[in-house]
Amino acid sequence: MDILETLKTLWNDSGFHSFLVDGGWKNLIMIAISCVLLYLGIKKQFEPLLLVGIAFGCLLVNLSYFSPESADALYHLDLWDNFLDHDHPDYHSYGAIMRNGGLLDILYIGVKAGIYPSLIFMGVGAMTDFGPLISNPKSLLLGAAAQMGVFLAFFGAVCLGFDGNAAASIGIIGGADGPTAIFLTSKLKPELLGPIAIAAYSYMALIPMIQPPIMRLLTTEKERKVKMEQSRMVSKTEKILFPIIVALFVILLLPSTAPLVGCLMLGNLWRECGVTERLSDTVQNALMNIVTVFLGISVGATTVASRFLSLETIKIIVLGLTAFCFSTVGGLLVGKLMYKLTGGKVNPLIGSAGVSAVPMAARVSQMEGQKANPSNFLLMHAMGPNVAGVIGSAIAAGFLLAVFK
Amino acid sequence: MELENTTLDVEIIGGADDVTAVLLSEETQETTEMTTKESKNEAKDMSIADAGITAVFGYAVVFSGLLILMIVLYCTGAIFKAKDAKAKAAKEAESKAAKNTPAPAAEKALAPGSAGHVKLFDVPDKEAAMIMAIVADKMQKPLNELRFISIKEVK
Repeated sequence: MDILETLKTLWNDSGFHSFLVDGGWKNLIMIAISCVLLYLGIKKQFEPLLLVGIAFGCLLVNLSYFSPESADALYHLDLWDNFLDHDHPDYHSYGAIMRNGGLLDILYIGVKAGIYPSLIFMGVGAMTDFGPLISNPKSLLLGAAAQMGVFLAFFGAVCLGFDGNAAASIGIIGGADGPTAIFLTSKLKPELLGPIAIAAYSYMALIPMIQPPIMRLLTTEKERKVKMEQSRMVSKTEKILFPIIVALFVILLLPSTAPLVGCLMLGNLWRECGVTERLSDTVQNALMNIVTVFLGISVGATTVASRFLSLETIKIIVLGLTAFCFSTVGGLLVGKLMYKLTGGKVNPLIGSAGVSAVPMAARVSQMEGQKANPSNFLLMHAMGPNVAGVIGSAIAAGFLLAVFK
Repeated sequence: MELENTTLDVEIIGGADDVTAVLLSEETQETTEMTTKESKNEAKDMSIADAGITAVFGYAVVFSGLLILMIVLYCTGAIFKAKDAKAKAAKEAESKAAKNTPAPAAEKALAPGSAGHVKLFDVPDKEAAMIMAIVADKMQKPLNELRFISIKEVK
């Protein structure tokens, strides 16, 4: 045995050697970024349930992926490029992925097929009480208004040179809904999934920092002090009928929303009908946790250095922030309009909760309301627009999917 | 159709597990290729004006969708409110009728100290009422059968 030759082969095969050749330094940068994301997730608790998984997926893929030929890679970018290439024999062939893919390729099938985001929506539906929205249906207008950022960011992205599919995927970051952003991007522009998912979840975690300055800027002290009347009680029958009505209506209006809205409402029906507690419990806890594990790690896997480190990523991050800010502005402006129209009965701060980051955005409305008036309790009032935002962002995603798919 | 005079191409779509053979005439194949190229170009060449129109139209679709949903919810809410009002009226009529009938001979005595005697230390009335209601619910006992001596905020 030639020890020197063996050592040389071992060195050449190692990741350490790969750092020094063919743009391997980019992987080093991605490893550093994944460590920063791990720090934000663990220490700062920025959406830790997903961000830790995404960050570790990013770490794993950049440790193992140096070239498309690497057999040991956990994720193969070239396989997914072939999957999307109309002219390649492996076009839309999950069989090819199963035969040749690594662990993360196989897990990523759930993202590509839109399974994980839909299952997450099922869990969200099972965890959400739509009572505040049912008792105050005008909250839906605030949820709609807060989708302004989605369409402004979409427009901005086209102005910056992105194609329609990419612009739609970037715009949906403004919906402040991680699963919707992942769902839409995986259908329209899977190449951008990594940066879009990271931007969406990071900004969702940063809502307590992004929204308050905008809220204070756009509202007066008098408006923020408004105490809202208690909403009416909602009967059990209404809560059972709600998911059925929404599913019927929204899916008939935009069939492309069926996976998201259908799963959201099915989860909610399990919660409310009172005879499927076991299923509701499973969807809220066990299933949600399992899907979160797969979703986080497989989305992280898409952050391959050669794709992630580009000017596009920086543009996406800037546009994502713009989208978030304008969604907040949209909700607040309609909130102010409602304040005027109702003669000061609606606190405009609940408008910013129309971005669908549940329940973070509603909590921010509550905190800002209490700062202005310590006896103010806006949480339940803000939950209405907050859950309306979930439906609104699903409709926005459905529209963009219908236009660009 | 005379097969000898027609050139046929076989295009294989998908991997080994999902092979579909599609027979295309030259003309059809050309059209398919053109459509694919066109659709690829379409995704790249969206003009700013088109983007503006799409954005405004999309926002309008979201707004109108949720507006109609709001109207539907108001309608169902109105039905349930009317139903509740009817039930309330019936209940009130029942209780009025019950008042007019002679009272039962002896009413069950309330537990002593269940109302008005609880001592509150740094706890507002509202919160005290909430705490008592929660305790009663957890113990599955009527509130008037429980005796609260004092409620004190632990600091």
